[in-house]
Amino acid sequence: MKLIFPFWRRLLLIAALALPMHMATALELVDRATLAGLASDNNNDKIEAINALGQLSHPGAAAILEALGNDNVLITSDGSVLVVESAGKAYDPTTGNSIAVPSGAEPITINNRLRRALQAAQASAELYSPSPVVRLAAVKRLQKEGDASRAPIISKALEKEQDAEIKQALTIALAASTIKSGDASARRQAAFVLGESGDANFKPVLSAMLQKDSNGQFAEPENNVRLAAETAINQIDRHQSLVAWAGNIFFGISLGSVLLLAALGLAITFGLMGIINMAHGELLMIGAYATYMVQLFFKAYLPGWISWYLVAALPVAFLVAAIVGMILERTVIRWLYGRPLETLLATWGISLMLMQAVRSFFGAQNVEVANPKWMTGGITVLGNLVLTYNRMVIIAFALCVVGVVWLVLNRTRLGLFVRAITQNRRMADCVGVATGRIDMLAFGLGSGIAGLAGVALSQLGNVGPDLGRSYIVDSFMVVVLGGVGQLAGTVVAAMGLGMLNKFIEPFWGAVIAKIAILLFIVLFVQKRPQGLFAPKGRSAE
Amino acid sequence: MNSLSNNLQPRSMGPLFSAKAWTAIILVTAVFACLPILNLSFAPGHTLHISAYTIGLIGKFTCYAMAALALDLVWGYAGILSLGHGLFFALGGYGMGMYLMRAGKSSPDIVPDFMTFLSWKAYPWFWSFTEHFWYAMLLVLLVPGLLAFIFGYFAFRSRIKGVYFSIITQALTFAAMLLFFRNETGFGGNNGFTDFKRILGFDITSPQTRAALYWLSLGALLAALILGRAITQSKLGRVLTAIRDAESRLRFLGYEPLGFKLFVWTVSAMICGVAGALYVPQVGIINPGEMSTENSIEMVIWVATGGRGTLIGPIVGAGVINGLKTWFTSALPEFWLYALGLIFVLVTLFLPQGIVGLIRRLGRREKALS
Repeated sequence: MKLIFPFWRRLLLIAALALPMHMATALELVDRATLAGLASDNNNDKIEAINALGQLSHPGAAAILEALGNDNVLITSDGSVLVVESAGKAYDPTTGNSIAVPSGAEPITINNRLRRALQAAQASAELYSPSPVVRLAAVKRLQKEGDASRAPIISKALEKEQDAEIKQALTIALAASTIKSGDASARRQAAFVLGESGDANFKPVLSAMLQKDSNGQFAEPENNVRLAAETAINQIDRHQSLVAWAGNIFFGISLGSVLLLAALGLAITFGLMGIINMAHGELLMIGAYATYMVQLFFKAYLPGWISWYLVAALPVAFLVAAIVGMILERTVIRWLYGRPLETLLATWGISLMLMQAVRSFFGAQNVEVANPKWMTGGITVLGNLVLTYNRMVIIAFALCVVGVVWLVLNRTRLGLFVRAITQNRRMADCVGVATGRIDMLAFGLGSGIAGLAGVALSQLGNVGPDLGRSYIVDSFMVVVLGGVGQLAGTVVAAMGLGMLNKFIEPFWGAVIAKIAILLFIVLFVQKRPQGLFAPKGRSAE
Repeated sequence: MNSLSNNLQPRSMGPLFSAKAWTAIILVTAVFACLPILNLSFAPGHTLHISAYTIGLIGKFTCYAMAALALDLVWGYAGILSLGHGLFFALGGYGMGMYLMRAGKSSPDIVPDFMTFLSWKAYPWFWSFTEHFWYAMLLVLLVPGLLAFIFGYFAFRSRIKGVYFSIITQALTFAAMLLFFRNETGFGGNNGFTDFKRILGFDITSPQTRAALYWLSLGALLAALILGRAITQSKLGRVLTAIRDAESRLRFLGYEPLGFKLFVWTVSAMICGVAGALYVPQVGIINPGEMSTENSIEMVIWVATGGRGTLIGPIVGAGVINGLKTWFTSALPEFWLYALGLIFVLVTLFLPQGIVGLIRRLGRREKALS
């Protein structure tokens, strides 16, 4: 995901650069004197001409620089400069006329020294590009270079720039290029700006200022500039740890909401009804495969609406999983009420059959479920933290599902009956609750929610017959940790586990983090066998 | 639970087995003990020849049966359903595997390839002394036993029972599997140990060694059966049954279940470890896959199919299910999981007392009819 953003930015950049080539005749003209150096044999003259072109900072000059980089600039025998448009045709940048390439015209060869100068000149030319994306990319490059000789160009661009974001980037670029040169006050000012930027890329430059050379002299002679550099380093460190924390929290919430979705159905079937449903993972898988089927249907019959197939997949996945769940309840599970260990075995058997059935129908390979367009990409915050849209959507979705489940359990008749049966099955039966039907519906609800979770999971990882297996242990852990029969406990446990996992991962790695968390739960349950939110009151077996 | 307790009415603490049962056990053991002799003394092609493959298969099933028996001790008698016996089985297997890895090398100090890849020059501390067979065998017993003891102590002390205990054992096994899958753990990562050459100086692939391993497994199974019977027939066994049927009532009567549960749980883990240790030289490989959730639950279905709380049942169940598995995976590989899934469902729905329970019921009906 992280790669996508820079990638399309780069694509735009390439597109923007390619454009002037084809509009050669409409470009601003460049006077002959500026170009004269290019025809010279002396490299210094050439560099001077290139720099001058960079200073011109208009698309006409940019086009010449671009062409130079591609060996598309020709010198005719009389010393005039031509830019190749297509095979055999070129235009004269001083007049803008297209002509046939005369014989004896030779391309300017670019050696490494020239190429460096060329790149620098191009960067400064790009600072005036009409496209803000190109400008920003150029500024970012200048920030990295931190070349003192660029300072005048940057400050000139800064005066003209209107866009606030680019303006800020330019200020940082200016600081990066003046930090090593400039007078003491400019250096001090630059250190402040770099510290404000919070960008870890500037840390080496700043640290270098605090180094002592072999004579015991600081690289930076001025005391107060050193002080400013030190402050700046601290500021960058603080910013970086803030980014790391924010990242951990975001990914923790994201993982937590995945766990929550996976465990929510189980919180109903296991938590409220006391059914150990080992086939829960396979209900997730069924939801994911339902998503896949809906996607195929949209591809075949509604290609115009393909980016909204997920919305249609939600009710389909819910219904399919709920129906499978209700069939299970009616045919197998209802005979095993009050015998949880037997339920565990029977539902495990069912999970084996469901897995094999999916393998028979869809093959053992993973199927491809694509993210719709509106879920790809993300927004960048705090400099370099990318919050991807698909994770944000799933967090929001998990919250919605929790809300709906809460409403169903607490504000509907079905919920009332389910809670009544949880508290006292016989009594509920006596006062006329159709316990059998409610069991079926409640199990269907739990299974349907697993189906919804399957839709979400299909957007994050592989969809294959084994999808459910990887979540079953985690889901049970969440429900056990949260406490049986407690929706709030499930939410807190899922989020807590997600966070804990992401905060441990940077130190110990993903596998050890996982093991640590499993052991943590094992220990935790020793202390509080009823989970985080133990039901209050007396209960006897 | 009710149907089960009816089936297991308090018996008098008589002899270990009735005379009839002793005869049956000795007869069956003798028949199985003869099989390797048929393999060794008759040339292939002879009508009485039994292939080395069959011997290996039965030897493997014997180890499974032992694991199932161990599980029956805790599940059938004390009502503790473990979904983690695959862990103890695998730990025993790894104990044996450590010895076999070093015994196959020209010098026990040469590190295996997976350690070379980690650029480890010498064996880490937890491998020390494993080149000695008897020390490795001690590990086979002690590591599963100790782990079970520590885990059981904490779990039983906080009165975790029923499905909670099952889920926690499953989590523990899952965590262990993740740990053993790491290369850095020092047990060969996901490839585990394989390519064994010698055991106690004998070539591990020779028919004689294989026959010896087979007999050892058979003997160990018989010993486990007698041990299990001794435990369950004793006063302690009666307390265990009481824990299974009404733990709270037992506690109100002044018993502390912790010690009883812990004892049978630890013994069960150790039997399982021995089964794993005998299993590894016969199949020639041990890897973390043995700790997968699926394996542990499959063990439970062996017990359930054979009949829990009977000790003989799990042995029968392990044989029947694994026999079916062998047949299916060669004849109808696509359908094995359907069949296994169906067995899970049908046994829990219609055969709560397993095959042994069914036979007993039929026997009783016949008696009533005659």
